[in-house]
Amino acid sequence: MNGSTAHQSGVAVQVRGLQKSFNGHLVLQGIDLDVAPGEIFVIMGPSGSGKSVLLKHIIGLETPDAGDIQINGQPIQAEGVMDQYRLAMVFQSGALLNSLTVGENVGLYLREHRLKPEKEIARIVGEKLELVGLKGLESRMPSDLSGGMKKRVAIARALAIEPQLILYDEPTSELDPLMAVTIAEEILNLKSRIHVTSIVVSHDRDLALGVADHIAMINQGKILAIGTPEEIKKISDPLIQKFLTVEFQKEKAL
Amino acid sequence: MFQNIGEILILFWRTLMALPQTLQHRRKVIDQLFEIGAASLLMACILSLFIGGVIALQSGPVLAERGLSSYIGGLVGLSMCKELAPVMMAVLIAGRIGSAMAAEIGSMRVYQEIDALRTMNIDPIRYLVLPRLVAISVSLPVLVVFSILVGWFGGAIVSMTNQQIAVPLQSYFSNLSEMVELDDVANGLIKSFVFAVVIGIVSCHQGLQTIGGPRGIGRSVTKAVVNSIVLILILDYFVTRFLLYFEK
Repeated sequence: MNGSTAHQSGVAVQVRGLQKSFNGHLVLQGIDLDVAPGEIFVIMGPSGSGKSVLLKHIIGLETPDAGDIQINGQPIQAEGVMDQYRLAMVFQSGALLNSLTVGENVGLYLREHRLKPEKEIARIVGEKLELVGLKGLESRMPSDLSGGMKKRVAIARALAIEPQLILYDEPTSELDPLMAVTIAEEILNLKSRIHVTSIVVSHDRDLALGVADHIAMINQGKILAIGTPEEIKKISDPLIQKFLTVEFQKEKAL
Repeated sequence: MFQNIGEILILFWRTLMALPQTLQHRRKVIDQLFEIGAASLLMACILSLFIGGVIALQSGPVLAERGLSSYIGGLVGLSMCKELAPVMMAVLIAGRIGSAMAAEIGSMRVYQEIDALRTMNIDPIRYLVLPRLVAISVSLPVLVVFSILVGWFGGAIVSMTNQQIAVPLQSYFSNLSEMVELDDVANGLIKSFVFAVVIGIVSCHQGLQTIGGPRGIGRSVTKAVVNSIVLILILDYFVTRFLLYFEK
């Protein structure tokens, strides 16, 4: 995550036999997946299936009970490995620092690691905020923002890092459809611009099918299937089909 | 309990290791200094004025009965600088600042702000604990200096105005300067420094350990204040014993 040794290309992520339990409850039951450099990998599944816990393991916020996670072939638990790469995560809640302004939040990584002079940081902050439709809100406090705006600031903060691996936890939840499309476009833009590897956890079928190079379907801590969006659509597993095709029907509800 | 003590010692050690980076975080240290020192100064002075006054009020008549009222300045002077100012200020700061530290860090933990820092490779100990520990370690001894001075003044007012004591200001301060030495003030400042470290580390540790929602934050705040005060009172005895070895 250290800027001084960063490379401007996406990283490969490999997860093998990942297991995790909380208070005796097995949340991840031997997850295996491979994410190629520069690809957009979407993890889909019902609530409570272990998607967010998996993301936290990949970025090193959780320690696995068993199994291994590697970035570019190096185990992330090894000393100094995480410092070699620029990683970013967009939390579901945004996780903005409430004591800092929007601008300070977006420029936090650059300022704390002294990567750019103040003027340059201010320019980058303005640019990233404009990208997520929040131009000119640098001096606002997070408490003055709506849930969706906080999410967009969190995305701007992740973009300011110019990461090699970016993890999104429900990036389009709480956003209106127009902003959801903007975010989806930005995920694709980042891929083509800096070849960043993206791992996206989402319930949003349109987002998943629209941006993913590969999709992993996960349920009860197990991978059900991995494939391209076209391959996933063709899988006959009833749970996957239901997840991809279910529609709200007013008549049924009534 | 032993696990908690171990975690607190590890946190203290890691914060000590981060000390050389204090200059990099000077803006946050200054913010915290203002938060802890300036914001508590008025309350510290009011409290100390009355503490000094009440010592004079309690002990003055007893001394006067035995014809020892001229010693009131020394008694108030020594009580304030060796014991009451450091302990009372530490208790005040544990309640006022320790609780705020635990609440703020606890809330950052609950709402994933600390996770966000870690994903940006920003060490929460350097970013959150270090500035708070440095600021409290500087500001508590400074508050104690103010507390001692105001406490002496409070004792002087009572000694002068109370009919049973009736010691003039000049005699009061003359006896005080005769009995109180610079070592005695240093004694109080060393104690307050130890208490400041205890409050800072215990409160930050409690904040970092917070789990659950708002109820978890509340629990952390209570634990931070209670544990800090208990440790202050226990350590007060041991630090006093330790410092006695160095007295003539």
